[in-house]
Amino acid sequence: MERFEYASPVSRKEAVGLLAETWGETEILAGGTDVLSRMKDYVSTPKRLVSLKRIKDLKGVHYAPGHGLRIGSMATLREIKVNTYVQRYYPALVDTANLIRSQQLHSMGTIGGSLLQRPRCWYYRLGYGLLAQYEGKSLPPEGDNRYHAILGNSGPAYFTSPSTFAPILIALEARVELLGPSGSRTIPLEKLFTTPTKTGEREHTLHPNEIVTEILVPPAGGIRSAVHEIRQKEGLDWALTAAAVALHMKDNTVRSARVVLGQVAPVPWDSQEAAHALVGKTLSEQVAEAAGKAAVSEATPLSMNGYKVQLTRVAVKRAVLQAAKGGA
Amino acid sequence: MKTKRGQGPEKGTGNVSRRDFLRGAGVAVSGTLLVGESMAEPAEASGQARGPGEVPVTLRINGEARQLDLEPRVTLLDALRDRLGITGAKKVCDRATCGACTVLLDDEPVYACTVLAIEAEGHNVTTIEHFSKGGQLHPVMKAFVDHDAQQCGFCTPGFVMASIAFLKNHPNPSLEEVEKGLGGNLCRCGTYHGIRLAVLEAAKTMTAQDEGGSIHG
Amino acid sequence: MASCKYAWPPVGHRGLIGQSISRIDGPAKSSGRAKYTYDVKLPGMLYGACLRSAYAHAKITAVDTSAAAKMPGVKGIRVIQGVGKEIQWAGDEIVEVAATTEQAAQDAVRAIKVEYQQLPFFVNEANLQKDQAASRTKPASELKVGDPDKAFAEDGVVIHEGHYGVPVITHCCLEAHGHATEWTGPKNLRTHSSTQGVSALPMQFAEALNIPSANVEVICQYMGGGFGSKFQMDRWGQYTALLAKDTGKPVKYLLERAAEQEVAGCRPSGFARVKVAARKDGTLTAWESECWGTGGPGPSGILPIPYVLDIPNRIRRHTFVSTNIGPSRAWRAPNHPQSCLLTMAPLDDLAAKLNMDPLELLMKNAHLAPENLGKVYREELQKAAELAEWSKLWHPRGEKTSGHLKRGLGVSFHTWGGRGHVSNCLFSIEPDGSVVAELGSQDLGTGTRTVIAVVAADTLGLPVGAVTVKIGDSRYPYDGPSGGSTTVGGVSASTRRAAVDARDSLFAAVAPALGVPADQLVAVGGTIQAKNDPTKRLSWKQACAKLGGRKIQTTGKNPGECMLGSSGVGGVTAADVSVDVETGLVRINRMVAVQDCGLIIDMKTAKSQCYGALIMGIGYSLFEEKIMDNITGRMLNPNMEFYKLCSLPDIGELVVHMMTGPGYDERGVIGLGEPPVISPGAAISNAVANAIGVRVPTLPITPEKVLAALAKGGVA
Ligand SMILES: Cc1cc2nc3c(=O)[nH]c(=O)nc-3n(C[C@H](O)[C@H](O)[C@H](O)COP(=O)(O)OP(=O)(O)OC[C@H]3O[C@@H](n4cnc5c(N)ncnc54)[C@H](O)[C@@H]3O)c2cc1C
Ligand code: FES
Ligand code: FES
Repeated sequence: MERFEYASPVSRKEAVGLLAETWGETEILAGGTDVLSRMKDYVSTPKRLVSLKRIKDLKGVHYAPGHGLRIGSMATLREIKVNTYVQRYYPALVDTANLIRSQQLHSMGTIGGSLLQRPRCWYYRLGYGLLAQYEGKSLPPEGDNRYHAILGNSGPAYFTSPSTFAPILIALEARVELLGPSGSRTIPLEKLFTTPTKTGEREHTLHPNEIVTEILVPPAGGIRSAVHEIRQKEGLDWALTAAAVALHMKDNTVRSARVVLGQVAPVPWDSQEAAHALVGKTLSEQVAEAAGKAAVSEATPLSMNGYKVQLTRVAVKRAVLQAAKGGA
Repeated sequence: MKTKRGQGPEKGTGNVSRRDFLRGAGVAVSGTLLVGESMAEPAEASGQARGPGEVPVTLRINGEARQLDLEPRVTLLDALRDRLGITGAKKVCDRATCGACTVLLDDEPVYACTVLAIEAEGHNVTTIEHFSKGGQLHPVMKAFVDHDAQQCGFCTPGFVMASIAFLKNHPNPSLEEVEKGLGGNLCRCGTYHGIRLAVLEAAKTMTAQDEGGSIHG
Repeated sequence: MASCKYAWPPVGHRGLIGQSISRIDGPAKSSGRAKYTYDVKLPGMLYGACLRSAYAHAKITAVDTSAAAKMPGVKGIRVIQGVGKEIQWAGDEIVEVAATTEQAAQDAVRAIKVEYQQLPFFVNEANLQKDQAASRTKPASELKVGDPDKAFAEDGVVIHEGHYGVPVITHCCLEAHGHATEWTGPKNLRTHSSTQGVSALPMQFAEALNIPSANVEVICQYMGGGFGSKFQMDRWGQYTALLAKDTGKPVKYLLERAAEQEVAGCRPSGFARVKVAARKDGTLTAWESECWGTGGPGPSGILPIPYVLDIPNRIRRHTFVSTNIGPSRAWRAPNHPQSCLLTMAPLDDLAAKLNMDPLELLMKNAHLAPENLGKVYREELQKAAELAEWSKLWHPRGEKTSGHLKRGLGVSFHTWGGRGHVSNCLFSIEPDGSVVAELGSQDLGTGTRTVIAVVAADTLGLPVGAVTVKIGDSRYPYDGPSGGSTTVGGVSASTRRAAVDARDSLFAAVAPALGVPADQLVAVGGTIQAKNDPTKRLSWKQACAKLGGRKIQTTGKNPGECMLGSSGVGGVTAADVSVDVETGLVRINRMVAVQDCGLIIDMKTAKSQCYGALIMGIGYSLFEEKIMDNITGRMLNPNMEFYKLCSLPDIGELVVHMMTGPGYDERGVIGLGEPPVISPGAAISNAVANAIGVRVPTLPITPEKVLAALAKGGVA
């Protein structure tokens, strides 16, 4: 890790003021479970680290009927998982936290960090840049791409969005509140993510001197939601693929649906095709199967990751069936 | 081995009754307690950046205040091991993956390799050394010995700490809860069979001791 | 046996031997008090760091350390491989630095400038034709017995042909390789080393540093895993010592995790095209294999296939493939896990083709195993079948029930030598009653300390805690390195001999006082008493007080008088798995290990070896692989996130049964560290094939490979 100066502001505004206007100069420190590892690998070398830990009003999980859930960006995964209201109204979020099999990460990792963590693409982490370039060539297509993207991978970005929380929160129509020097803005969570098209661009739309302050999840009454991830190991491991679904039901019929995939594209992948396959249908094994097929209908696997197409199909199917059972 | 039924979901912080819940209706209700507020936060003028050179840092380790001059980049694990000679927590992956460095920060388990020492200021750091003060083995340690839940022993302190933390939240765990709860630690020698037996047994002895009114940890 | 005074006590006369005894250093380990090399902190100690090659094959054209030398905290710099040197693998050492903190040392490494001329490299060897095309192959040997061609042509034989493989994996010791070295005189070195060979290391340091080997002291009280990779001082050890000399300060350098994964241990791969034949009744008649593998730039071992079974007509060809990956090191039972899979998987496939239960096929052919192993295997197969509920759960290939989870069973057997190594035990009984055993051995976590204490205590009729065991220091009498499962056999025999001699001296000293001839005395229950008259007795303390202020000191050796150990164990592993045919995920339901290791000293630590081996076996069967990149030549997973170790929830139910009693005990002590890790790969691979009806040809059995195999056939 290179040397850096450390700042720990106590207010949101102060934090924003400590951030540089360009990427690379400063980094935000939340739980640190991603950023510190990147710094140890010299993938990130900020001159200043701005810790958000002492900003009290970024913590906590709040619920208000009619308004829904307000999660401070610095709320830890454990805070979310043990929160009574989350347990009662958003059980899929508890399941999501439990997919990350580490009590240590539960107490360290924050929801903001989970959304804004950087990809785990091994070329990126070995220092070949987010777009994994080597001697003018893109590494993933010809290299080892077993864990890379199968959707949205027409290049030059081949990494996958790593967040376990982003897909389910997007499916639940969450919004994020951002604070920058010129004030705050609230955007749908999916708008926080973007696929970079050239070197220097990031996979987030956050500005270098903005912070995520809150995640707002609308009331979930009448929604059936579920997550299903496929992980090779039962212990702490990265998912090979992930699916989150939220179904608005009318009696037994799906009125509207959102199916969001993780670990398959450079952004959380909002699958219109899968949603379309569900709307107006009564849930059944066949319908779930069809949604899974639809989710991967546009997939363009690379040389080594064709299996992820099948896994994704199954993850969607299972998530839908789980949601159908009333959600877990 | 038989799977025992557990206590259901992890203890909620709120666990409000229906009445409590209704009372809270309409207003924003905080479902959590903020950790670490009982201790004074560093009095530093806020916003003032520190470093990159060495800065004075006060750590509270196993109840004792320790003053150090550290660069902000020094991790809690390196501060413990290299500066203070507290070596129970081990450095293995140094990337928040293996759990060998597990310590408690305000009673919550964390990977000390991925916490900056400077961030631990104002919080209680508890290391494995705390749990065998005076040579007495903590019930978890004793169970690890009895079930031979250790070979080379390099992962063991991390597992012991993870188990102590886990049992605090799951005093009466099922086998499945133990297995999943300790999924954030790794052992190369393959001691998991002994570990799961040890944790189940420690849960029993600790519950018995609790009922008998004695204090552990 | 009874005629030899050192012989192990017979059944009924064993106090502690064979009991389940908690390891004596357990409390030190579980409380975090145990100090490992990584924990050593010497006064004024500097920290090392290493600049490593980012290229797999390159010539060094320039090295500039001037900026690094000027950095704060930097006290010493040594170029390990300078201009003109050819690097053969990424991660190889180029410059080592010593500085006041680890961070300062790493900063200095970042400031060193090295220029390379890149050279062509080769890092993936799974495809022999490609390897040949790249001129990376070297034919190694051909072994032919009988007339395979004729046997394959025999009328009515059933022939199976297939392709199998086991990739390179790493040792991934949790305590990285390394040393903390200090010079205690101009030609005197003391080194704390994470090593499997406390007594062997002084020679290596002495030679590299040109000092007398008697001047080198190696200390290793606790070490965090070796698995065969920690016998050498290694180049970084030599340079750490040199930097300590240069700076006049102790220097500690343990490898960073990425380096540990890249350069400090890899198990050679093994791939094979196999053809095997049997008569309709399952009698194996012929074997032919074309086998290859890599151990990095140099040659790896030749895989002894067919493994264990001497099929009467057989031919094998082996080809070395040289690659630019880190050099190979011995890995728990070198060559066996690979050979086992390359044999037991094709046999299992052949059984399927014969419509035969594979257990029956193994039973039928067990006599092809050398010496008395056939009998051992048959007994063990029977036991394993019982514990795995084979007759209830086994089914012909491909579980036919509906649903996406398919359950399957698999079995395999293995062998290992494990004869005790050279060992010397210096043994003392003090007049105050204390008992000390000193050996220049080491405890890798296998329970060496505990075994020594148990043998000594059993011999003297004392509790385990009454014996002080001093190991882990090269100042103690020479002992063999811990490799090949030779340690327990070695230390138990030397300790037994020393303890018997010491006990007999004590008998002689107290005989007059008791009025009983020395040869009529026994040591039991903390007393010395007359064999036929327990009323004539002295407590241990009283007896030792009769030594008149002189301590008894004896030396026990191995090898030595009386047969105390032998070699050649057999073991069987059965696996019970469920495979999700939609996702390709494999979950372990149960693993059964049935193992013989002769006379067991401590049942608890012996079983731990088996549990641990099963778990490690699950890891290399399902998850582990050193993934090398064809474009950059680098290891893509030099961490513990994508180099996946088995974790706690992945292991299923584990059942271990040790073969003991008549037929086993009288073979004396045999090592156990390695054998149980051999079969899990084959057993799990066979269980998966049984579940899904088709072979996943190579390890690790990932979802990707299961789905690929299913696409070609099987039950889905
Ligand atoms: C072995 C391992 C396995 C893991 N598995 C998973 C997994 O399966 N799924 C998963 O989702 N995660 C996983 N995690 C990743 C991650 O560590 C956690 O999800 C965690 O929640 C990240 O939060 P953090 O607070 O520690 O992030 P940090 O490391 O503190 O921050 C991550 C990034 O987000 C930015 N950031 C953080 N908070 C804010 C904010 N409020 N405003 C603006 N920017 C911000 C930081 O600048 C930084 O770049 C894993 C981590 C490890 C080490
Ligand atoms: S050393 Fe901290 S998690 Fe591995
Ligand atoms: S006991 Fe050796 S790593 Fe766990």
